[in-house]
Amino acid sequence: MSSILEGFSQALTLILHLDAELLGIILLSIKVSGGALLIATLTGLPLGALLGLKKFPLGGFFVTILNTFMGLPPVVVGLFIYLLLSRSGPLGFMSLLYTPVAMIVAQSVLAFPIVAAISHSAIAGVDPILRQTAVTLGATPVQVSLAVIREARYGIMSGVMAAFGRVMAEVGAILIVGGNIAGYTRVMTTTIALETDKGNFELALALGIILLSISLMINTALYMIQRRGMVRTNR
Amino acid sequence: MSLHLTTSNIFKSYNGESVLKNCSFSFDQGGVYVLTGPNGSGKSTFLRICSLIECQDSGQIHYVSGGQVLDNDLALKRRITLVLPKVGLFNMSVFRNAAYGLTIRGIKGPVAIRRIDKVLDFVGLSHKKVQNARTVSSGEAQRLGIARALVIEPEILFLDEPTASVDQKNTGIIEGIINTMKQDGKVTVIMTTHDRDQAARLADHLLVMKDGEILSAPFEKEKI
Repeated sequence: MSSILEGFSQALTLILHLDAELLGIILLSIKVSGGALLIATLTGLPLGALLGLKKFPLGGFFVTILNTFMGLPPVVVGLFIYLLLSRSGPLGFMSLLYTPVAMIVAQSVLAFPIVAAISHSAIAGVDPILRQTAVTLGATPVQVSLAVIREARYGIMSGVMAAFGRVMAEVGAILIVGGNIAGYTRVMTTTIALETDKGNFELALALGIILLSISLMINTALYMIQRRGMVRTNR
Repeated sequence: MSLHLTTSNIFKSYNGESVLKNCSFSFDQGGVYVLTGPNGSGKSTFLRICSLIECQDSGQIHYVSGGQVLDNDLALKRRITLVLPKVGLFNMSVFRNAAYGLTIRGIKGPVAIRRIDKVLDFVGLSHKKVQNARTVSSGEAQRLGIARALVIEPEILFLDEPTASVDQKNTGIIEGIINTMKQDGKVTVIMTTHDRDQAARLADHLLVMKDGEILSAPFEKEKI
C-alpha cells in the first residue's frame, strides 16, 4: 500500500516538474491521436452523411459493417497495418513502419468507423420535417443536406469526441506499428505498458494520471456538447 | 409582376388509393384563398402539389407571371413558400430560424437583420429572438413558421392548417396576421383549414374539397 502511495507521490512530482521527455511523450500522443482524428473525421463524416442522407442499395449493409467495425480489436488493426507497411508488404516501399505516420494510419482506421457510424446515426435521426422545411424555404439539395448535417451537429461532435477518447487510450495497434521507440514513436499508453514491465511505476502512474485527466476533459466536453444539444421542448 | 397559379386536372394517389381527382382551379386573383373540407379530403395534398413540394401523378401546375408560363425551377420555388402544419424548427435561436430563407439566398448584414426584425415584430416574437426555437410553445412555433416564410417576401404563401394544433389565443393571433396580410395585399395566401367558421372569417375566395375533389367553384365571402 505504501509503495502505491509513494508511487503516486513521485508521479505527482514528475507531473509538476514535467521534464522534456515526459512532455515529448504527451505531445506525441496528442499529435498522433489528433492527426488520426482529423483524418477519420474528414473521411468518416462524409461517409456517415452520405449514408444518412441518401438511400441506396446495400446502404443498410454498409451501416451494419460500420457498426461492427466500431469494435475493431486494436491489435488486429495493428497487425493488418503492420503487414501492409512491413518491408515485404504492398506498401513496404514507403518505409512508414515504426514511424508516427504509421501510428496515425492505424489509429485513423480505428477512429473512422466510430466517426462514420455515429455521424450516420445522428444525421439519420434528424426529423424529416426539417428537410422538408428547408425545401419549402427554397434551399438547393446541397443546402438541404447542410441544414440536416448542421442539425445533427451535436451528435456528430459526440462521435468525434468518442473516437478521440478511443484512440487516446489505445495501445495495441500503435505498439505494433510504432515500435515504441524512445523519443520517436513512444506515446503515453505504450510508455505506461513499458514502464510497468520495467517496474518503473512512478512514470507509468504519472502518465496514467495525465491520460485519465485528458479522458476526463474529453468526457466533460462530450457531456457539455450533449447537454447543449438537448433542448427542452414544449411541443 | 404578380404571380398566378393555375392547376388543371390534377390526379394523385397513394398506394393505389386516389387522393386527388381531377382538381382544376385558377388562383388568379390576390387575397386569401381558403381550402376547406373534412380530414382526408385531399386539402393538404393539393396544397403540397400546388407549392411544388410534391409531384402530381398527372395534370398540370402552371405558374404564370406577366403572361409567361414559368418553369418549375428553383427560381420559381423561391418566389413561393409553404408553412407546414408541423413547423420544423431548427435547433438554433428564433432569430436564426427566421433568417434561414435569407441565409440560403445569400442575403446577409443590415438588410437581413432589418427584414428579420420586421417579421418577428409582425408575428409578435421580437422578445423571443435569442431564445432557442425548440423551447417556444406550439402557437409561437406556428407564428415563427409564418415569420420565417414571410421574411423571404413570397408572392404566394401556402399555409397548411396553420391553427390546427394551437390554442384559441394563438389562433386569434394567427388569424390577425392573415388578416393583416390580406389588407396589405402584398402576398396571395392559399391556406387549408378544416374549421369552416375560420374559413368563413378569413376567406376572400373559398374552395370546398371532399373526397379528393374541389366541390364548388369559389365564391366570394359575402356569399358564404
